[in-house]
Amino acid sequence: MESIEKEKKSVDKIWSFFASIKLAVVVFTLISLTSIVGTIVEQDAEPEKNIKLLAKFFGDSAPSAFRFLDALGFTNMFHSWWFVTFLFIFAANLIICSLERLPGILKLVKNPIKPLAASGFSSMQIKREVVIKGKTDKVLPLVESAVKKAGYVPAVSNEAEGIQLCAENGRYSRLGVYVTHFSILLIFAGAIIGVFGGFNASLNLLEGTESSVAYLRTGKEIPLGFSIACEDFDVLYYDNSDTPKSFRSRLLIFENGKPVKIDGKEVTEIEVNTPLKYKGITFYQSSYGFSPNKDSEFRLGIMSRDGKKDDVRLKFGGTFTIPGTQVVGKVLDFSPAIGVDKSGKLYTYAEQMHNPAVLIEFSENGKPKYTQWLLKRFPNTWNVADGVIEFKDLWGAQYTGLQVRKDPGVWVVYLGCLVMALGLYAAFFMSHSKIWILIREEKNNTKVFVAATANKNRVSLEGKIDRLIKTVSDKQ
Amino acid sequence: MDSSQFFGISSIAYILAMVTYIAYLVFRNSTVGLVATTITAVGFVSQTLAFFMRGKEFYDLAQLGSILRAIPLTNLYESLVFFVWCIILGYLLIEWKYKNRSFGAFITPIAGMVLAFIDISGMDKNIHPLIPALQSNWLLAHVTMSFLAYAAFAISFATAIMFLAVSSEDEKKWPYITWTVTLGVFVAVLIAMGIDFLVFKVGAHSTESLVKSHLFKASFRNSSLPVVLFSYLSLAGFVFGVWKYGKVLKKIIGSFDISQDMLDDLVYKTIAVGFPVFTLGGLIFGAIWADQAWGKYWSWDPKETWSLITWFVYAFFLHARFLKGWRGDKIAAVSVLGFVSTIFTYLGVNLLLSGLHSYGGGG
Repeated sequence: MESIEKEKKSVDKIWSFFASIKLAVVVFTLISLTSIVGTIVEQDAEPEKNIKLLAKFFGDSAPSAFRFLDALGFTNMFHSWWFVTFLFIFAANLIICSLERLPGILKLVKNPIKPLAASGFSSMQIKREVVIKGKTDKVLPLVESAVKKAGYVPAVSNEAEGIQLCAENGRYSRLGVYVTHFSILLIFAGAIIGVFGGFNASLNLLEGTESSVAYLRTGKEIPLGFSIACEDFDVLYYDNSDTPKSFRSRLLIFENGKPVKIDGKEVTEIEVNTPLKYKGITFYQSSYGFSPNKDSEFRLGIMSRDGKKDDVRLKFGGTFTIPGTQVVGKVLDFSPAIGVDKSGKLYTYAEQMHNPAVLIEFSENGKPKYTQWLLKRFPNTWNVADGVIEFKDLWGAQYTGLQVRKDPGVWVVYLGCLVMALGLYAAFFMSHSKIWILIREEKNNTKVFVAATANKNRVSLEGKIDRLIKTVSDKQ
Repeated sequence: MDSSQFFGISSIAYILAMVTYIAYLVFRNSTVGLVATTITAVGFVSQTLAFFMRGKEFYDLAQLGSILRAIPLTNLYESLVFFVWCIILGYLLIEWKYKNRSFGAFITPIAGMVLAFIDISGMDKNIHPLIPALQSNWLLAHVTMSFLAYAAFAISFATAIMFLAVSSEDEKKWPYITWTVTLGVFVAVLIAMGIDFLVFKVGAHSTESLVKSHLFKASFRNSSLPVVLFSYLSLAGFVFGVWKYGKVLKKIIGSFDISQDMLDDLVYKTIAVGFPVFTLGGLIFGAIWADQAWGKYWSWDPKETWSLITWFVYAFFLHARFLKGWRGDKIAAVSVLGFVSTIFTYLGVNLLLSGLHSYGGGG
């Protein structure tokens, strides 16, 4: 018996520990303060970056400061055991605090409004008195319709002091706070489902290649269950600038070696804000890069002076002939980003394909004639002496960086967000208002007493009551 | 006329309104008050027009074919200007609702200071087309709601400082120290930025280079140690001055017909509007957008983390008020703390920390 008592006592102790608002404040503070450190120390970054940063505060002892922070988990703190523990304590605190208060509130919500004793009328926050001409049987319908007009459904009862109407609105809005707390727990649950049932990986796909796996940050392979290929990657720029307008990848899905149609199309084009979803896995456009190799090919559209056309694909050093002529072109040089410096010299100003250009040497019957740079983004550079050479693309030299994610909990998170929006609306923009009206006949006239109360926005209820009284007195 | 001229008109109007509201407080003449309100309203209408015109200019430049995405709210300059618009909107609502013009002399200077900060820092005012990550229909909802919330928090902060100024008596107790030191540091930082501008004359091209090469370089971050020491001493001296002579300001504020109850009520009401708007627009819409753009609804990047910290502070405010019945000095202090966190979320993260939201400081 004694041990059960003891056990009960310690359970009570744990319960009251988690139910205390002090704990909430302590956890709020701990999460906030450690998070501040987490925003200053770059998370999950190379040690050198943070040592450089720490040197500003600690000078020569920066490396030891770094080792100290690293040992405590501050360099990847949002995933450290102690930070996750804070979050769980926060959740437990939220659950138990809500459970503590919920019964009282539920009692309040479950019990509808009751007629008020006559003495109660004088103690309400809002109270009015008015005398209306005519007997009760004439005034009662007037009052009833005015209450309905104000948006309330009144219950009429015969009380000792006279006829009483009572009505209330927004009783359930008192639950708004709890709905909001519950939504935080839903979002938590969704996040946990995501951590255990999903993955967050990445995949770099060179144009013209495919993969059936994605890679976690740790380098671990995650099989997709199908394979994905990148047909083409492209960056579009705003006119004459290096400000990108969009990054686009054209992707294909293969199952058992056969292409799969998504929305009736084999090729799906994705951009930064429009990902591709297939079998619960989502592919997001997240980055790109330039990685030229021996298989990269120059794609040119050739038109001779008399309008004969040809499309060619060449490797570096390859040659082509302008149709209907003896003029041969050869790929001599390439720059991913060609620019002109102050002295008029050409140079490559970036390692990405910001302004790709190809140098073509033209010759006729083996004798070199001239060379010309063709710029992909500038069609006016495509005109050469013997025709028009359109530089369409250097294909197979860029890779698309895809974020690959599977998150079965994301719908729970979205549901939590929706519930939170509803809860906040109820908690902040709705109020529980109650109205009592007592009608008493006095010498052929009727005295009307009005009392009202609201847990929020009293001023607006006061306005409503005044309008209600005006409606009744105008109709008398 | 183009948008910049209308922005110019509104800037001048707000600064004139600031002077007129102060004149109204001194002379207590209702005609002067009416003039002040009219000037503010003219500035507001002009700025609204300018906002839509800039939207049109932006739409023509961006060629994205969607009006929802042509929102001129994509760099620091545009967001600051929109912040001013929100503050003025909030003020005009308060003036109308409470039938009290005395706040004008406190709110319009905030608008004036922000506009001055834009010119002093010489930040880039050009229209820039949207980078791919920003091309989303969530931009409108996320950014406008975040700024409405920031503006609500700013008004709460201003009323909280006024509350503390009116209520605090003892200059050795924390309420008095809180408001004088906060106000002192705020003004001193603005003065330091002004000195930067006067010393370097040229405006920086981007916010990043502004921070790296100019911000506080003429004072706290100067290459010569004596200048740095002198700057900190001046800061301390200035804050001490505000603390010492805060009673004068208190007297001025105290002589207006603003009751402590009304201030306390406003400190709460503005947060009661700002908090749900911030939660929905800032946190929830931000998370949904991040989910669609990057495949992660929450990635603990500095902007997200600071938003959460700010959210915690205001959540604490609400719980302290409803569960513990905090009123007056204590609750006003929480509002001040909340706004300091808000400023850091909005400016500090963009200027000092890196992360996914770094475009907000670029331009």
